[in-house]
Amino acid sequence: MDLIFEGILKAFFLLFTFDPEVMGITLLSLEVSGAATLISLLIGISAGTIIALAEFPGRKIIVSLVNTGMGLPPVVVGLFVTIFLWRNGPLGFLGILFTPLAMIIAQAVIATPIVMGITLAAIQALPKNLRLQIMALGATRLQMVWILVKEAKLPLLAGVMAGFGGVISEVGASIMVGGNIKGYSRVLTTATVMETSRGNFEVAIALGIILLLLAFFINWILTRIQQKERPR
Amino acid sequence: MNGSRSILEAKNLQVRKAGSLVLDVPLLRIEEGEILSLIGPNGAGKTTLLQAMARLIKLSQGELCFRGENVSSNHAQFEYRRRLAMVFQEPLLFDTTVYENVAAGLKIRGIKKSAIQRTVAENLKRFGIAHLAHRSARKISGGEAQRVALARALATQPEVLFLDEPFSSLDPPTRESLLEDLESVLRETKTTTLMAVHDRMEALRLSDLIAVMNHGRILQVGPPGEVMNQPLDEFVASFVGVETILSGQVVRKEGGSFIASIQGHYIEAVGKVELGESVVLCIRPENVTLMVPPFKEPTSARNVFPGTIVKVTPLGLFYKVQLQCGFPLVAYVTSHSLENLSLREGKEMVASFKATSIHVVRKKEKGRPVSLNA
Amino acid sequence: MKRSKSPWIIFGGIILLFVAGWIPAYGQQKNIILATTTSTQDSGLLDVLIPIFEKKTGYFVKTIAVGSGQAMAMGQKGEADALLVHSPAAEKKFVAEGYGVNRRIVMHNDFIVVGPAEDPAKIKGIKATTSAFKKIASAGALFLSRGDNSGTHAKEKAIWKAAEIKAEGQKWYQQTGLGMGQTLNVAAEKKGYTLADRGTYLALKKNLRLDILAEGDAILLNVYHVIEVNPAKWPKVNVAGAKAFADFIVAKEAQEVVKTFGVDKFGSPLFFPDAGKKEEELGK
Repeated sequence: MDLIFEGILKAFFLLFTFDPEVMGITLLSLEVSGAATLISLLIGISAGTIIALAEFPGRKIIVSLVNTGMGLPPVVVGLFVTIFLWRNGPLGFLGILFTPLAMIIAQAVIATPIVMGITLAAIQALPKNLRLQIMALGATRLQMVWILVKEAKLPLLAGVMAGFGGVISEVGASIMVGGNIKGYSRVLTTATVMETSRGNFEVAIALGIILLLLAFFINWILTRIQQKERPR
Repeated sequence: MNGSRSILEAKNLQVRKAGSLVLDVPLLRIEEGEILSLIGPNGAGKTTLLQAMARLIKLSQGELCFRGENVSSNHAQFEYRRRLAMVFQEPLLFDTTVYENVAAGLKIRGIKKSAIQRTVAENLKRFGIAHLAHRSARKISGGEAQRVALARALATQPEVLFLDEPFSSLDPPTRESLLEDLESVLRETKTTTLMAVHDRMEALRLSDLIAVMNHGRILQVGPPGEVMNQPLDEFVASFVGVETILSGQVVRKEGGSFIASIQGHYIEAVGKVELGESVVLCIRPENVTLMVPPFKEPTSARNVFPGTIVKVTPLGLFYKVQLQCGFPLVAYVTSHSLENLSLREGKEMVASFKATSIHVVRKKEKGRPVSLNA
Repeated sequence: MKRSKSPWIIFGGIILLFVAGWIPAYGQQKNIILATTTSTQDSGLLDVLIPIFEKKTGYFVKTIAVGSGQAMAMGQKGEADALLVHSPAAEKKFVAEGYGVNRRIVMHNDFIVVGPAEDPAKIKGIKATTSAFKKIASAGALFLSRGDNSGTHAKEKAIWKAAEIKAEGQKWYQQTGLGMGQTLNVAAEKKGYTLADRGTYLALKKNLRLDILAEGDAILLNVYHVIEVNPAKWPKVNVAGAKAFADFIVAKEAQEVVKTFGVDKFGSPLFFPDAGKKEEELGK
């Protein structure tokens, strides 16, 4: 138990002295997961909305695939992305294996189905005639989608938080495609694993606490946005 | 009607859902400034017709012309939709303030903020909801919400207004008040309106034309008086509130009038018929008079029948009295009359109705029934 | 529509800039992928050597620390440019099969046998490690193995083999599948014996309740070699970079760093520089 206590102390120590390495790791975690979440937002919300509104043969299969994708094991994603990106793989010429960019890609692949699935459900939960009403107001297709997305803001923001939560805490794929390189592709989760395997439990706990604080802070902001829209 | 182009003309309109035909309208014309009400039972196709004519759904067949131009291409449809407005049974308001809701259509059209402010204020005032401008749309009553929906629709100054049973989910006093406001707004703006209603009283009050629908088809279109009093067939008749519908045969002809044999009784009516022809007699309950026997006053009614009261049903302002005179007959009486005549079940009464008040429907062997009487 | 589009364009622009910033600014040829083991990285030696190398040559070294087995596998697939590992048997096979060239000795450190102070198998003071292992086996004393095909694990297996004992499957023999640091913690926790590299042990010593019970035997030497991945098999390998790194690590400057590394922290060096020597010369 005092290990945890020591860990908490260490966490605050690292934070308040602005330990440069920890700051760097934390910032990188935020950048990588933030970028991945943003990408998953753009793709997930647009694709999810399109699938929710359109009718086409095989739609049910696509929806099942999306829902399955929500539960993709991150480690499997990491493996596949690695195979694609390594030198002798199809995208090897890009030379982006063991870079933060590769981590963003892997995390985006993990987060996108989550955001897509939740968007799909959220849009489908809107009143059936709402779409027609918006069309009757003279909206273009794009305007209609935008208005529908605004109407579904509550569940959609929950989807964003789910996507972000899924990737900020991800470690398997991040280690595989990032390489956990000091000062370059090391993030909070991968550093925690490393410190644990080295037996530096107190540092590992400290990093874990910092990760929790980061995740809480981001979700606090998102929740404020989500709940701000509650009717007065 | 005349040489001028109708504002809206639907030709051979057909809509299929899951293979079956849910809407089949060979022709429907609406003139500018007209208010046309659609009435019919649930599932008659009113909503489908409205949505088809607003080009919100796909047509399986047929065309819709707006001011003479066929609305067919995607772009034409879009342009057309910008010139109309629609209100549904549910208000379908956006999760924002009342002001923003009413402004929605204007914002979509990219109108300048100052112009939006003016128009929104005007429409809020029209529907008596100016005081709700900054309230959240989720925190207002059902009646207020429909007012917002109407304000939102009219804010864009539509050339055609489509209303799909907008008052169905409201209670009578709210409905009444909203109807009044809507009526005055429509008269003021002279907006062409196509409206589906559930209550035929609403239709009677607001409309220039009434169309009766069933099974995806329009059975009759005409001014309210005509449709109500001269229904083209039994279905229309029963739907517009003709309570007594009797089938019989013509047994005697005399000049313009004739006698029909209905379940062993003889009823005199007016119309051009053939001997032996099958006819349907429609008697509106308002036209049936009740008297307590024995009576001494002379009556000009040729049809006088004794009968027994089978059932008395209160209907708000008046009472529906069902009699059995050898054939079923329904009369409406005021509560005053009910008291005066001490009407109650089982009482023996005498009912009478004028031969001229009966609407005769000739039943042809083939083809559609023809309605007589002017 | 006009107004609501502009924030999106700015948004998209920011994302592109963000992302673009990470497309390797270094360019392909300036990157070297060095596959090494977790224990090597955990010692902290590379954190000192690599920056010196990078500053000197301008290369960017991506140190990927994995288990020995995985490091070799990366080399076999041409996904690494150079290897810094300590599994001599596997390394020789690697070179023999044509995957690596210029295998050069870099340094060595040693393994130690650690265990609880109580020493239930009574191995303290025994010179021959194989005898010590035999005693552990006959006493049925708890022994923790890394069980992860790392260099340490390979060494441990070799000792069991030399002692002619089949440890796998025995009740007292447990495999953690974990890194060195964690395995030490498990051993301390469960009061068991384990084989560890001196460096990791020293780094964690103050928190562990484990003593050094056997050391110094030749068989406990842990020799590190640097191998360049064979460009003939994998043309995409950064040949110049790998050679530059390998040359660097066996050169005088790096070897000096190796010699003094750890002295100020632990009182004794963690590694012993051996560049230029022959493997057989090592030990006593």
